[in-house]
Amino acid sequence: MANVGIVIVSHSMKIAEGAADMVRQMVGDTVPLAFAGGNPEGGLGTDVEQILGAIDQAWSDAGVAILFDLGGAETSAEMAIEMMSPERQNRIVICQSPLVEGAIIAATEASGGSSLDAVKQMAEELSPQ
Amino acid sequence: MSAINDDLKRYLISDCVEMVVAHAEELTELDQAIGDGDHGLNMKRGFEAINADIDRLAALAWPDFMKAIGTILVMKVGGASGPLYGTLFLTMAKEIGEIPDAQSLKRALSAALEAVKARGKSDIGQKTLLDVLAPVLAAWSDDTADLAKKLTQIAHDAAQATIPMKAIRGRASFLGDRSVGHMDPGARSLSLLIATVAKRFGA
Repeated sequence: MANVGIVIVSHSMKIAEGAADMVRQMVGDTVPLAFAGGNPEGGLGTDVEQILGAIDQAWSDAGVAILFDLGGAETSAEMAIEMMSPERQNRIVICQSPLVEGAIIAATEASGGSSLDAVKQMAEELSPQ
Repeated sequence: MSAINDDLKRYLISDCVEMVVAHAEELTELDQAIGDGDHGLNMKRGFEAINADIDRLAALAWPDFMKAIGTILVMKVGGASGPLYGTLFLTMAKEIGEIPDAQSLKRALSAALEAVKARGKSDIGQKTLLDVLAPVLAAWSDDTADLAKKLTQIAHDAAQATIPMKAIRGRASFLGDRSVGHMDPGARSLSLLIATVAKRFGA
Protein backbone atom coordinates (compact mmCIF):
# COMPACT_ATOMS: atom_id res chain seq x y z
CA MET A 1 0.00 0.00 0.00
CA ALA A 2 1.23 3.49 -0.84
CA ASN A 3 2.23 5.93 1.88
CA VAL A 4 -0.20 8.61 3.04
CA GLY A 5 0.29 11.92 1.22
CA ILE A 6 0.91 15.22 3.00
CA VAL A 7 -0.48 18.61 1.95
CA ILE A 8 0.75 21.83 3.52
CA VAL A 9 -1.58 24.85 3.38
CA SER A 10 -0.34 28.27 4.47
CA HIS A 11 -1.39 31.87 3.96
CA SER A 12 2.13 32.44 2.66
CA MET A 13 3.75 30.67 -0.30
CA LYS A 14 7.17 31.10 1.34
CA ILE A 15 6.00 29.39 4.53
CA ALA A 16 4.32 26.58 2.58
CA GLU A 17 7.42 26.01 0.46
CA GLY A 18 9.77 26.28 3.42
CA ALA A 19 7.76 23.83 5.50
CA ALA A 20 7.74 21.41 2.55
CA ASP A 21 11.54 21.74 2.27
CA MET A 22 11.89 20.77 5.91
CA VAL A 23 9.63 17.75 5.43
CA ARG A 24 11.66 16.62 2.41
CA GLN A 25 14.87 16.90 4.40
CA MET A 26 13.40 14.62 7.07
CA VAL A 27 11.66 11.98 4.99
CA GLY A 28 13.11 12.28 1.50
CA ASP A 29 10.90 11.26 -1.40
CA THR A 30 9.06 8.36 0.20
CA VAL A 31 5.97 10.40 0.97
CA PRO A 32 3.81 12.20 -1.62
CA LEU A 33 4.04 15.87 -0.67
CA ALA A 34 2.51 19.07 -2.04
CA PHE A 35 1.83 22.56 -0.78
CA ALA A 36 -0.43 25.55 -1.40
CA GLY A 37 0.27 29.07 -0.23
CA GLY A 38 -1.12 32.53 -0.79
CA ASN A 39 -4.21 33.91 -2.49
CA PRO A 40 -5.13 33.59 -6.19
CA GLU A 41 -3.06 36.69 -7.00
CA GLY A 42 0.07 35.50 -5.25
CA GLY A 43 -0.41 37.69 -2.17
CA LEU A 44 -1.00 36.48 1.37
CA GLY A 45 -4.18 34.45 1.81
CA THR A 46 -5.61 31.14 0.73
CA ASP A 47 -6.72 29.74 -2.59
CA VAL A 48 -9.15 26.81 -2.74
CA GLU A 49 -8.21 26.03 -6.35
CA GLN A 50 -4.54 25.80 -5.42
CA ILE A 51 -5.41 23.55 -2.45
CA LEU A 52 -7.41 21.25 -4.76
CA GLY A 53 -4.35 21.06 -7.01
CA ALA A 54 -2.07 20.22 -4.09
CA ILE A 55 -4.42 17.44 -2.90
CA ASP A 56 -4.38 16.02 -6.44
CA GLN A 57 -0.62 16.23 -6.61
CA ALA A 58 -0.07 14.51 -3.25
CA TRP A 59 -2.88 11.99 -3.82
CA SER A 60 -2.31 8.52 -2.50
CA ASP A 61 -4.68 5.57 -2.24
CA ALA A 62 -3.80 5.57 1.46
CA GLY A 63 -5.24 9.07 1.73
CA VAL A 64 -3.99 12.60 2.31
CA ALA A 65 -3.36 14.50 5.55
CA ILE A 66 -3.60 18.31 5.42
CA LEU A 67 -1.68 20.64 7.71
CA PHE A 68 -2.64 24.33 7.91
CA ASP A 69 -1.38 27.50 9.57
CA LEU A 70 -4.35 29.73 10.51
CA GLY A 71 -8.15 29.47 10.63
CA GLY A 72 -8.80 30.72 7.10
CA ALA A 73 -6.53 28.00 5.72
CA GLU A 74 -8.57 25.39 7.59
CA THR A 75 -11.84 26.82 6.24
CA SER A 76 -10.44 26.80 2.71
CA ALA A 77 -9.09 23.26 3.11
CA GLU A 78 -12.51 22.05 4.32
CA MET A 79 -14.12 23.73 1.34
CA ALA A 80 -11.64 22.05 -1.01
CA ILE A 81 -12.36 18.64 0.54
CA GLU A 82 -16.07 19.13 -0.01
CA MET A 83 -15.42 19.84 -3.67
CA MET A 84 -13.57 16.53 -4.17
CA SER A 85 -15.38 13.36 -5.29
CA PRO A 86 -17.24 11.52 -2.49
CA GLU A 87 -14.84 8.55 -2.78
CA ARG A 88 -11.90 10.83 -2.10
CA GLN A 89 -13.58 12.94 0.58
CA ASN A 90 -13.42 10.30 3.29
CA ARG A 91 -9.76 9.66 2.58
CA ILE A 92 -8.67 13.23 3.37
CA VAL A 93 -8.14 14.49 6.92
CA ILE A 94 -7.19 17.85 8.40
CA CYS A 95 -4.71 17.69 11.30
CA GLN A 96 -5.19 20.04 14.25
CA SER A 97 -1.55 20.74 14.92
CA PRO A 98 1.01 23.49 14.38
CA LEU A 99 1.98 23.58 10.70
CA VAL A 100 5.72 22.87 10.71
CA GLU A 101 5.83 20.43 13.63
CA GLY A 102 2.68 18.69 12.45
CA ALA A 103 3.88 18.35 8.87
CA ILE A 104 7.21 16.83 9.89
CA ILE A 105 5.66 14.43 12.40
CA ALA A 106 2.86 13.45 9.99
CA ALA A 107 5.31 12.86 7.15
CA THR A 108 7.65 10.84 9.37
CA GLU A 109 4.74 8.67 10.46
CA ALA A 110 3.50 8.37 6.87
CA SER A 111 6.95 7.29 5.66
CA GLY A 112 6.67 4.22 7.88
CA GLY A 113 3.56 3.10 6.04
CA SER A 114 1.09 4.09 8.79
CA SER A 115 -2.63 4.48 8.12
CA LEU A 116 -4.24 7.87 7.58
CA ASP A 117 -5.79 7.77 11.06
CA ALA A 118 -2.43 6.96 12.65
CA VAL A 119 -0.75 9.81 10.77
CA LYS A 120 -3.37 12.30 11.94
CA GLN A 121 -3.31 11.03 15.51
CA MET A 122 0.49 11.20 15.72
CA ALA A 123 0.60 14.72 14.29
CA GLU A 124 -1.98 15.92 16.78
CA GLU A 125 -0.55 14.09 19.82
CA LEU A 126 3.13 14.77 19.39
CA SER A 127 2.93 18.38 18.28
CA PRO A 128 3.71 20.83 21.08
CA GLN A 129 0.51 22.60 22.09
CA MET B 1 -40.24 35.69 -19.42
CA SER B 2 -36.81 34.19 -19.77
CA ALA B 3 -35.42 37.44 -21.15
CA ILE B 4 -36.77 39.38 -18.16
CA ASN B 5 -35.18 36.84 -15.84
CA ASP B 6 -31.87 37.10 -17.67
CA ASP B 7 -31.99 40.87 -17.38
CA LEU B 8 -32.71 40.70 -13.66
CA LYS B 9 -29.70 38.46 -13.12
CA ARG B 10 -27.58 40.81 -15.16
CA TYR B 11 -28.75 43.81 -13.14
CA LEU B 12 -28.20 42.02 -9.84
CA ILE B 13 -24.63 41.16 -10.83
CA SER B 14 -23.85 44.68 -12.07
CA ASP B 15 -25.37 46.28 -8.97
CA CYS B 16 -23.48 44.01 -6.57
CA VAL B 17 -20.18 44.43 -8.42
CA GLU B 18 -20.61 48.18 -8.38
CA MET B 19 -21.39 48.15 -4.65
CA VAL B 20 -18.44 45.92 -3.74
CA VAL B 21 -16.00 47.93 -5.86
CA ALA B 22 -17.27 51.22 -4.42
CA HIS B 23 -16.85 49.95 -0.86
CA ALA B 24 -13.66 47.91 -1.31
CA GLU B 25 -11.51 50.46 0.47
CA GLU B 26 -13.95 50.83 3.34
CA LEU B 27 -14.13 47.04 3.80
CA THR B 28 -10.36 46.79 3.72
CA GLU B 29 -10.06 49.53 6.34
CA LEU B 30 -12.54 47.73 8.60
CA ASP B 31 -10.54 44.54 8.14
CA GLN B 32 -7.25 46.33 8.84
CA ALA B 33 -8.63 47.33 12.24
CA ILE B 34 -9.43 43.79 13.41
CA GLY B 35 -8.35 41.27 10.77
CA ASP B 36 -5.74 40.78 8.07
CA GLY B 37 -6.82 43.77 6.02
CA ASP B 38 -7.76 42.08 2.78
CA HIS B 39 -11.56 41.76 2.87
CA GLY B 40 -12.24 44.62 0.44
CA LEU B 41 -9.62 43.48 -2.05
CA ASN B 42 -10.73 39.86 -1.77
CA MET B 43 -14.39 40.67 -2.33
CA LYS B 44 -13.49 42.95 -5.22
CA ARG B 45 -11.47 40.18 -6.88
CA GLY B 46 -14.37 37.75 -6.49
CA PHE B 47 -17.07 40.07 -7.78
CA GLU B 48 -14.94 41.26 -10.67
CA ALA B 49 -14.50 37.62 -11.66
CA ILE B 50 -18.29 37.24 -11.56
CA ASN B 51 -18.67 40.35 -13.69
CA ALA B 52 -16.21 39.00 -16.25
CA ASP B 53 -18.49 35.98 -16.67
CA ILE B 54 -21.78 37.93 -16.72
CA ASP B 55 -23.00 36.75 -20.15
CA ARG B 56 -22.72 33.08 -19.26
CA LEU B 57 -24.09 33.56 -15.74
CA ALA B 58 -27.14 35.61 -16.74
CA ALA B 59 -28.29 32.88 -19.12
CA LEU B 60 -28.33 30.18 -16.42
CA ALA B 61 -31.43 28.99 -14.57
CA TRP B 62 -31.64 30.38 -11.02
CA PRO B 63 -30.25 27.32 -9.19
CA ASP B 64 -27.33 27.05 -11.62
CA PHE B 65 -26.83 30.81 -11.47
CA MET B 66 -26.46 30.75 -7.69
CA LYS B 67 -24.22 27.68 -7.85
CA ALA B 68 -21.93 29.23 -10.46
CA ILE B 69 -21.61 32.43 -8.42
CA GLY B 70 -20.82 30.42 -5.28
CA THR B 71 -18.15 28.46 -7.13
CA ILE B 72 -16.51 31.63 -8.48
CA LEU B 73 -16.47 33.17 -4.99
CA VAL B 74 -14.91 30.02 -3.51
CA MET B 75 -12.22 29.96 -6.19
CA LYS B 76 -11.45 33.64 -6.54
CA VAL B 77 -11.99 35.45 -3.25
CA GLY B 78 -9.07 33.90 -1.35
CA GLY B 79 -9.28 34.05 2.42
CA ALA B 80 -11.98 32.74 4.72
CA SER B 81 -14.65 34.93 3.14
CA GLY B 82 -14.36 32.97 -0.14
CA PRO B 83 -15.50 29.66 1.37
CA LEU B 84 -18.01 31.47 3.62
CA TYR B 85 -19.70 33.52 0.91
CA GLY B 86 -19.27 30.62 -1.50
CA THR B 87 -21.08 28.30 0.91
CA LEU B 88 -23.85 30.88 1.27
CA PHE B 89 -24.51 30.91 -2.49
CA LEU B 90 -23.92 27.18 -3.04
CA THR B 91 -26.47 26.39 -0.32
CA MET B 92 -28.98 28.92 -1.62
CA ALA B 93 -28.68 27.26 -5.04
CA LYS B 94 -30.23 24.10 -3.59
CA GLU B 95 -33.30 25.86 -2.19
CA ILE B 96 -33.97 28.86 -4.40
CA GLY B 97 -36.08 27.03 -6.99
CA GLU B 98 -36.52 27.63 -10.71
CA ILE B 99 -38.82 30.61 -10.16
CA PRO B 100 -37.74 32.31 -6.94
CA ASP B 101 -40.17 34.30 -4.79
CA ALA B 102 -39.93 35.87 -1.35
CA GLN B 103 -40.73 32.52 0.29
CA SER B 104 -38.14 30.47 -1.59
CA LEU B 105 -35.55 33.20 -1.07
CA LYS B 106 -36.18 33.14 2.66
CA ARG B 107 -35.97 29.35 2.69
CA ALA B 108 -32.71 29.49 0.74
CA LEU B 109 -31.20 32.04 3.11
CA SER B 110 -32.31 30.03 6.15
CA ALA B 111 -30.49 26.99 4.79
CA ALA B 112 -27.49 29.21 4.00
CA LEU B 113 -27.42 30.51 7.57
CA GLU B 114 -27.00 26.98 8.90
CA ALA B 115 -24.42 26.06 6.25
CA VAL B 116 -22.30 29.17 6.90
CA LYS B 117 -22.46 28.49 10.65
CA ALA B 118 -21.09 25.01 10.01
CA ARG B 119 -18.44 26.19 7.53
CA GLY B 120 -17.12 28.84 9.91
CA LYS B 121 -17.72 26.76 13.07
CA SER B 122 -19.35 29.92 14.29
CA ASP B 123 -22.64 31.09 15.73
CA ILE B 124 -24.73 34.20 16.21
CA GLY B 125 -23.21 36.83 18.51
CA GLN B 126 -19.57 36.16 17.54
CA LYS B 127 -19.10 39.26 15.39
CA THR B 128 -19.47 37.73 11.93
CA LEU B 129 -21.74 38.04 8.90
CA LEU B 130 -24.12 35.67 10.72
CA ASP B 131 -25.02 38.63 12.92
CA VAL B 132 -26.53 40.31 9.86
CA LEU B 133 -28.03 37.23 8.24
CA ALA B 134 -29.85 35.99 11.35
CA PRO B 135 -31.71 39.26 12.21
CA VAL B 136 -32.66 39.72 8.55
CA LEU B 137 -34.22 36.26 8.50
CA ALA B 138 -35.92 36.84 11.84
CA ALA B 139 -37.53 40.01 10.48
CA TRP B 140 -38.58 38.38 7.20
CA SER B 141 -42.38 38.49 7.45
CA ASP B 142 -44.92 36.94 5.09
CA ASP B 143 -46.25 40.41 4.41
CA THR B 144 -44.18 41.49 1.42
CA ALA B 145 -45.28 45.14 1.45
CA ASP B 146 -42.17 47.22 2.13
CA LEU B 147 -40.30 44.00 2.96
CA ALA B 148 -37.23 44.99 0.92
CA LYS B 149 -37.03 48.36 2.62
CA LYS B 150 -37.48 46.85 6.07
CA LEU B 151 -34.80 44.19 5.52
CA THR B 152 -32.34 46.80 4.23
CA GLN B 153 -32.74 48.76 7.45
CA ILE B 154 -32.45 45.64 9.61
CA ALA B 155 -29.26 44.59 7.78
CA HIS B 156 -27.76 48.04 8.19
CA ASP B 157 -28.57 48.21 11.90
CA ALA B 158 -27.36 44.65 12.45
CA ALA B 159 -23.95 45.45 10.91
CA GLN B 160 -23.68 48.48 13.18
CA ALA B 161 -24.60 46.26 16.12
CA THR B 162 -21.42 44.20 15.57
CA ILE B 163 -19.34 47.21 16.71
CA PRO B 164 -19.61 46.50 20.46
CA MET B 165 -19.31 42.73 19.96
CA LYS B 166 -16.18 40.76 20.82
CA ALA B 167 -14.87 38.50 18.06
CA ILE B 168 -14.80 34.80 18.89
CA ARG B 169 -13.92 33.41 15.45
CA GLY B 170 -11.40 34.28 12.76
CA ARG B 171 -8.32 36.45 12.87
CA ALA B 172 -10.19 39.14 14.84
CA SER B 173 -10.54 36.73 17.77
CA PHE B 174 -6.74 37.00 18.34
CA LEU B 175 -7.39 40.57 19.44
CA GLY B 176 -9.81 39.53 22.19
CA ASP B 177 -11.30 42.61 23.84
CA ARG B 178 -9.48 44.86 21.37
CA SER B 179 -11.88 43.68 18.66
CA VAL B 180 -14.61 45.60 20.49
CA GLY B 181 -15.37 49.01 18.97
CA HIS B 182 -14.97 48.06 15.30
CA MET B 183 -17.62 46.93 12.84
CA ASP B 184 -17.10 43.42 11.48
CA PRO B 185 -16.06 43.66 7.80
CA GLY B 186 -18.04 40.54 6.80
CA ALA B 187 -21.17 41.86 8.51
CA ARG B 188 -20.70 45.14 6.67
CA SER B 189 -20.19 43.50 3.26
CA LEU B 190 -23.26 41.30 3.67
CA SER B 191 -25.39 44.28 4.74
CA LEU B 192 -24.24 46.12 1.60
CA LEU B 193 -25.11 43.16 -0.63
CA ILE B 194 -28.54 42.78 1.01
CA ALA B 195 -29.20 46.49 0.50
CA THR B 196 -28.14 46.20 -3.15
CA VAL B 197 -30.40 43.24 -3.93
CA ALA B 198 -33.28 44.78 -1.95
CA LYS B 199 -33.01 47.96 -3.98
CA ARG B 200 -33.82 45.97 -7.14
CA PHE B 201 -36.97 44.81 -5.36
CA GLY B 202 -38.19 48.24 -4.41
CA ALA B 203 -36.28 49.18 -1.26
